[in-house]
Amino acid sequence: MKKMLNVALPKGRLGEKVYDMFEKAGFECPSIKEVNRKLIFENEEKGIRYFWVKPSDVAIYVERGAADIGVAGKDILLEYKPDVYELLDLKMGKCNMAVAAKKGFVDDRNKTLTVATKFINIAKKHYASIGRDIDIIHLNGSIELAPILGLSDVIVDIVETGSTLKENNLEVVEKFVDISARLIANKSSFKFKCEEIEEIRSKLSKQI
Amino acid sequence: MDNLLSVLSREEKIAFTLRSLYCKYGYSQYKMSKFEEYDLYVKNKDFLVSENIITFTDTDGKLMALKPDVTLSIIKNSKDLEGKVMKVYYNENVYRVSKGTASFKEIMQAGLECLGEVDDDIITESLYLAAKSLDVISSENALEISNLDIVSGVINAFNLQSSAQNDILEFLGDKNVQGITAVCSREDLSDSQTEVLQKLATVYGAPSKVLNNLKAFSINKETELAVNRFISIINNLIKMGVEDKIFIDFSVVSDMKYYNGIAFKGFVEGIPVSVISGGQYDKLMNKMGKKSKAVGFAVYLDEISKLSNTYKGEE
Repeated sequence: MKKMLNVALPKGRLGEKVYDMFEKAGFECPSIKEVNRKLIFENEEKGIRYFWVKPSDVAIYVERGAADIGVAGKDILLEYKPDVYELLDLKMGKCNMAVAAKKGFVDDRNKTLTVATKFINIAKKHYASIGRDIDIIHLNGSIELAPILGLSDVIVDIVETGSTLKENNLEVVEKFVDISARLIANKSSFKFKCEEIEEIRSKLSKQI
Repeated sequence: MDNLLSVLSREEKIAFTLRSLYCKYGYSQYKMSKFEEYDLYVKNKDFLVSENIITFTDTDGKLMALKPDVTLSIIKNSKDLEGKVMKVYYNENVYRVSKGTASFKEIMQAGLECLGEVDDDIITESLYLAAKSLDVISSENALEISNLDIVSGVINAFNLQSSAQNDILEFLGDKNVQGITAVCSREDLSDSQTEVLQKLATVYGAPSKVLNNLKAFSINKETELAVNRFISIINNLIKMGVEDKIFIDFSVVSDMKYYNGIAFKGFVEGIPVSVISGGQYDKLMNKMGKKSKAVGFAVYLDEISKLSNTYKGEE
């Protein structure tokens, strides 16, 4: 019996594009396109099983071995440092991790900088690397509100086009990490399903 | 006796089977106290898996700790013996913070250590016993072996800044070839230099596939020596009959401050993380003021309990 390969895909537009790449690589699973409430889709003949999970959870599924491979944003990998292999940069969902503030903001180094962000670890690491004393405010969404309401001096967040920032009179102070979607693999699965995972990696890399 | 065996849980069976395996090879059991002076761990904080330690004040006012680790205690209590090797195994509880719950847990850990005049034969034996230990846990297993002398030799040869070296090590651990390539172009390395560094991440697999490619890392006297030693150790392992269980993989990177030479990790199918981790730690010995060399590994028995109930290991 062929071993099934479990693939965690991020819910949403990016995940659908990623699935299309898998399909082109010859790992199709037609039932995934049906509109229903199923959570798991498999093609036994191809030995592959897909499931949609919240994008920020993909790394957890892979690290814990519930999925053998998955596709996760570099932001999540940098923030949570999961113990997984990062096999391929899919060059999709490209954006930047950036510092943004109200237009015309000047950093006063005499006082502690307050930073609002979803990405605590990334923000800490960035400011530690430039020796800036900061106070972090952890928010789960609508980060852009923080500097407008005076909750924080700056924000650290993902910036794609910057149009949300512009519309709210904010601007990018600096971009400091390139973000894109990565193919990740569980370290143990990679030992026992090596051939299958390598095949997928090489077929996906040809489409980039 | 049969009845007695049937009531043992799988972890207990495995713990006893490992014990008899290590005894057979002349290792004696090392028993130790549950507590150790806190000082020992503060000095070697990076060596520990988790930084948090349970501490308490002893009746004489000394700050004590519940052991988070066994190796440091064994080293501390060892003596430099000329021309001899101390071979011990242990089966002890350690106290660490678990990643998921962020609270302290008692973890059962087994393992073995060789301290003293450790030569390639002893290193080969510890690799062999690691492979055999995996067989005890599950028949579907893999032992991946790296050589840190080759890895650090290759990286040091190109005069990179320490931040670039750390980046390469991190990317190597992730098998992130594109990341390594990016660092190389950032640091203006030549194509041939870039290729050697990429190979650290791309050359992996069964010895039959990989052994002939290792010469690519013989770029100076130091790495040539390391490569030749590594090849002879792997060949000896093959002669001992564990060829189909071992894999060469330089993505096993341990902290270079403590470890050197051979480093390895053991996996069994069905457990998402490594169940065995070990290698040579001459540098740690040195840091703790010992002249001897050392090699050893730990078996994470707590991970094994996550294996599904179909026990497939050796009875």
